[in-house]
Amino acid sequence: MSAVTEKRPASGSASGVAAASGRRGVGLGVLVAVLVVAGAASLVVGARALSPGEVWDGLFAAPGPDQRLTEIRLIVQTVRVPRTVLAMVAGAALGAAGALIQGCTRNPIADTGLLGVNSGASFAVVSAVTLFGFTNPFQYVWFAFLGAAASGAVVFGLASIGRGAGNPLTLALAGQGVTVFLAAMTTAVALSDQQSLNALRFWNAGTVAGVKFHVIWPVAAFIAAGLVLALATLPAVNMLNLGDDMARAAGVNVGLSRTAAIAAITLLAGAATAACGPIAFLGLMVAHVARYLTGPDYRWLVPYAGLLGAIVLVVCDIVGRLVVRPGELDAGIVVALVGAPFFAALVWRGKFRTA
Amino acid sequence: MTGTGTERPVVPGVRLGRVSFVWRPWLVLVTLLLAAATFLVFCLSIGAGDFPIGLPRVIATIFGGGERFDRFVIMDLRLPRALAGLVVGIALGTSGAITQSIARNPLASPDVLGITQGAGAVAVLLLTVSGGTSAAVAGAAGLPAAALAGGLATGLLVYLLAWRRGIDGFRLILIGISVSAVMQAVTSWLLVTADITDVARAQVWLVGSLDGRGWREAGTALGCTLVLLAVVAGAAFQFRPLHLGDDVAAGLGVRNSPVRAVMLLCAVLLAGVAVSAAGPVPFVALVAPQAAMRLARCATPPLVASGLVGALLLTGADLAARTVLPVALPVGVVTAAIGGPFLVYLLVRANLRRTA
Repeated sequence: MSAVTEKRPASGSASGVAAASGRRGVGLGVLVAVLVVAGAASLVVGARALSPGEVWDGLFAAPGPDQRLTEIRLIVQTVRVPRTVLAMVAGAALGAAGALIQGCTRNPIADTGLLGVNSGASFAVVSAVTLFGFTNPFQYVWFAFLGAAASGAVVFGLASIGRGAGNPLTLALAGQGVTVFLAAMTTAVALSDQQSLNALRFWNAGTVAGVKFHVIWPVAAFIAAGLVLALATLPAVNMLNLGDDMARAAGVNVGLSRTAAIAAITLLAGAATAACGPIAFLGLMVAHVARYLTGPDYRWLVPYAGLLGAIVLVVCDIVGRLVVRPGELDAGIVVALVGAPFFAALVWRGKFRTA
Repeated sequence: MTGTGTERPVVPGVRLGRVSFVWRPWLVLVTLLLAAATFLVFCLSIGAGDFPIGLPRVIATIFGGGERFDRFVIMDLRLPRALAGLVVGIALGTSGAITQSIARNPLASPDVLGITQGAGAVAVLLLTVSGGTSAAVAGAAGLPAAALAGGLATGLLVYLLAWRRGIDGFRLILIGISVSAVMQAVTSWLLVTADITDVARAQVWLVGSLDGRGWREAGTALGCTLVLLAVVAGAAFQFRPLHLGDDVAAGLGVRNSPVRAVMLLCAVLLAGVAVSAAGPVPFVALVAPQAAMRLARCATPPLVASGLVGALLLTGADLAARTVLPVALPVGVVTAAIGGPFLVYLLVRANLRRTA
């Protein structure tokens, strides 16, 4: 942390604060611009390469008898646009949730899976496939969301029994306990039923492709609610990072703030996971990069992490379409394969400090 | 770490010549009780099966007595598997205690350092790419060796990548998480592209299982673990200040880097040996030190007690998997199913006690 803050002008003076805020604001604008460019590229690139003009036609031209135009419309509107939108929404959700959970647990290696979100969703998927014989991912999306939300609630509830309203260490460990228990149950079910094993392996890879808008819109609504809640808790999260006692002394309602933050994380990560499957590592990675860019202020850190998450997921989805043509590599796999070495290089160069 | 120990009076130190240590009767008592419980479950596990053998006969046979038929069943069929479980549990528990102490983070189990995921990726590669018949051969002979090689190579890679004028616990963990993410992605990719029958076999291995472990696996694991534990015991006298961080340790006159390197290497090797013997049994390395710490009321994971909790957990899970449960499940599933709630119970109990 010291290495980051030392570079800044003396933050005590009002002009210094204003300058830092201005710089961070510009950075936020740059990230938005990058995201727009990445989104545009995502519409152009794919198994069938389209020119920007064709994409424009595909988006806005009126339906007509032209065979080629109809085909382009089909590709752009039913394949490229949904996956781009989903990658942006889910990436933003996972990035923001990743930064928020590191703030809530005060543990720099916490990630969104820690609340049992991924394992709860996976367990719900295999249960749904086994019990109801679902074969279509659209049928089990809502089970996944329910599973994620339920396990998040259980983890937080367990960690809050007795005193403490979710002591950070207890929260992290209870999350691990529940996660592992659910993962074991998932495996037990999957090993006894080949159909659910088959569903599980594709689900686990994590992808943004092939999800229709009638799933994306509700998911996006949950994520929007989560983002609003997350932004509302950020000032309190800053105080929580000083320790519960300090936060309480500063007038923060510790229990309420942490409950709200956890609810936001569960909404964000749960909805994203339900739509895409567990995309590991993304939240953790962008949280650290965001902290390097903004410093420890969560009011900036979380929006940065959200935008970075969206950019990374869109870019990784594009990369996944290009590397194994004519096939595709799932975005979740690309995030780890491409993101992890990059992240490791940053770590090695000493860019990050503990939360 | 949990804040429960702060009210206790100062514990007396003991000095015998050059050896000095803190006398903690409660820790010694807990360790002895754990050892006794582990031995009991170990013997029960040997006695259980299609041909049940009573506890006295099991104990008599292990120590060299017993009838000829008992000797055959126990020595040739059941002891190797039980021994493998015991050794794997001890190795994982100790390994986790070391990594959690050095990284000063309760989430830093060897799984975080990528050892498990590296071993898993190599094993899945062997199981899915080589196709039907050769996979069976590989499963019998080459799989443990390949997994061990994969785990150690990954552990070494993490260590080298994290090396920058010394090892820093935080950097080590972040690099470890990155490398594990890559390995997990490779595994996931292999599973998506593979044939579903291969996937099922790979999944069984990925959960961790003791099925069909013979003297060869058990003996190798036992030998390696004993050697490594001896090294750990040697280094452990200088181990205490490690969790205080570099500056405090230097102030106490301990050079941290060499000791830490030896301890970390031992942790990596112990985890590697365990994974090669039983597959990547999840969670033991994370839960055992945390449970031992809370049972023994220590501020840091106690090494011996952590190993014993690991052994108890794994042996107990194997016994439960073979006797109580209606369907045969890999031991890794049962370990997680028991270990998860147990950890949660310990946490909730601590929280409730703090209220009172």
